[in-house]
Amino acid sequence: MALKLEHVSYIYGADTNLAIRALDDICLEIPDGQFIGLIGHTGSGKSTLVQHLNGLIEPTEGVITYDGRNIWEKDYPKKELRSNVGLVFQYPEHQLFEVDVFADVCFGPKNLGLSKAEIEERAKKALELVGLSEEFYHQSPFELSGGQKRRVAIAGVLAMQPKILVLDEPTAGLDPKGRDEILGQIAHLQKETGISVVLVSHSMEDVANYVDRIIVMNHGKVLFDDAPKEVFKHVKELEEVGLAAPQVTYILHQLKKCGFDVDTQATTIKEARDTILKAMKEGRTC
Amino acid sequence: MLRDITLGQYYQTESVVHRLDCRVKLVATLVFIISLFVVDNIWGYVLAAGFLAVCIKLSNVPFKFMVRGMKSILFLMLFAMVFNLFLTPGTPLITIWKLTITMEGVVFAAKMAIRLTLLIIGSSLMTLTTTPNHLTDGLESLLNPLKKLKVPVHEVAMMMSIALRFIPILLEETDKIMKAQIARGADFESGNLIQKAKAMVPIFVPLFIAAFRRANDLAMAMEARCYRGGEGRTKMKPLIYQKRDYIAYTVLLLYLVCTVVVGRVLPI
Repeated sequence: MALKLEHVSYIYGADTNLAIRALDDICLEIPDGQFIGLIGHTGSGKSTLVQHLNGLIEPTEGVITYDGRNIWEKDYPKKELRSNVGLVFQYPEHQLFEVDVFADVCFGPKNLGLSKAEIEERAKKALELVGLSEEFYHQSPFELSGGQKRRVAIAGVLAMQPKILVLDEPTAGLDPKGRDEILGQIAHLQKETGISVVLVSHSMEDVANYVDRIIVMNHGKVLFDDAPKEVFKHVKELEEVGLAAPQVTYILHQLKKCGFDVDTQATTIKEARDTILKAMKEGRTC
Repeated sequence: MLRDITLGQYYQTESVVHRLDCRVKLVATLVFIISLFVVDNIWGYVLAAGFLAVCIKLSNVPFKFMVRGMKSILFLMLFAMVFNLFLTPGTPLITIWKLTITMEGVVFAAKMAIRLTLLIIGSSLMTLTTTPNHLTDGLESLLNPLKKLKVPVHEVAMMMSIALRFIPILLEETDKIMKAQIARGADFESGNLIQKAKAMVPIFVPLFIAAFRRANDLAMAMEARCYRGGEGRTKMKPLIYQKRDYIAYTVLLLYLVCTVVVGRVLPI
């Protein structure tokens, strides 16, 4: 059930003198059960790309297929596609509108035409997955804190039970605690349900700890598409496009320079700690 | 989706018309509109259309781009034309059931269609070549004499510029909200009228909240910059007439005289 993009390009304002090529010949495949980080600085085309994934934007050139079928075929069931590929926009809490949390989460499954019992069961499950207990069900979404609102919005998409969940900067504007909570929950959810998750971010730090694969975008093109360890080898190139490797990578490179026998390919804090402790036990000094 | 609305939009490019003082453009638009209602024969309209064509050519705005914005007003124009066609008294031409098309009606409807088309294209040329900020600056400066009559000119101009600035912002916001709800399976196209109206709720509630949030932020930002009305406020770019502006005024005067002469004095 993979989503495939073949030579996809998109041009904004094609018939004006301000035409911008936002996506340039993108080839990607999103298989089942993978946790993917999509990274690029502002204006690199990330948000445009994710809107292609569930058929909100039609590519100017190229083909997008889901499960082998072109999604821009004449009578492709778009609703089905959108229930399979769930997209959570930036600041999703700005789209809440119902009188209470539970009703808002029900909006998605209701649109799929499911039975009332099924709708409620899905909503409950989704709210549980984002860590909101029953006491929140009948509160107005507008009375919640920023982080809670965002979880409600994410639950609203999860309730459609997508096979691929795409989150556009889910941590923007949250404090460090809120950010860690949301990311932790997404990672937990990915493991629990086995769905594919595409996490859009401009922060390597956010992504490095969780994902299996990183796609780096620059000027509408895919710059790198590989496992985190491989991508972070290109520290120089990443810096040139306005990104950075995680801080642990820098520390490990520095330690290596000082003569410690550390593994510079460690990407998470835990891996870094292990390799540093190992190097220290071996007793090398500067 | 909503990005297709071009009415009142600014088209960024380099041209003589873009560089003209905004006051000239405002006066020119006013003169052009007046001229359309002064003329009474075909030659007058030809002259007006010719003048507009030259202005469009000079402005470097593609004609295709301009016409795209007209589509939304087509319905209004058809509506007005049909009414005029049937409800103008005079010599009957064709009678269908109780409705009569008169000779006068046909002429009147045709005239009105030409007038409206020229009027809309003419005024959209102004908004396409003038940024909203310049527009309100020019308006404020032109209306300045009214200050003596205690008319709050600056406040009105400020409100106008804020309103104009919010159009694209709210359009963009609507676009985003619509997409987000479509992503959650919302359907805005199918169903009867009541179902369609109901489907708008998930757009309107977030849109209103967004509008209030934006307004609140803007008020805060203005206060943080010590805004307290127009009294003693200076401009970073004061409006000063250049040579080309005087030339433009002269051309405009010539045009007005010509249209009055051609459109009123010449027969038919």
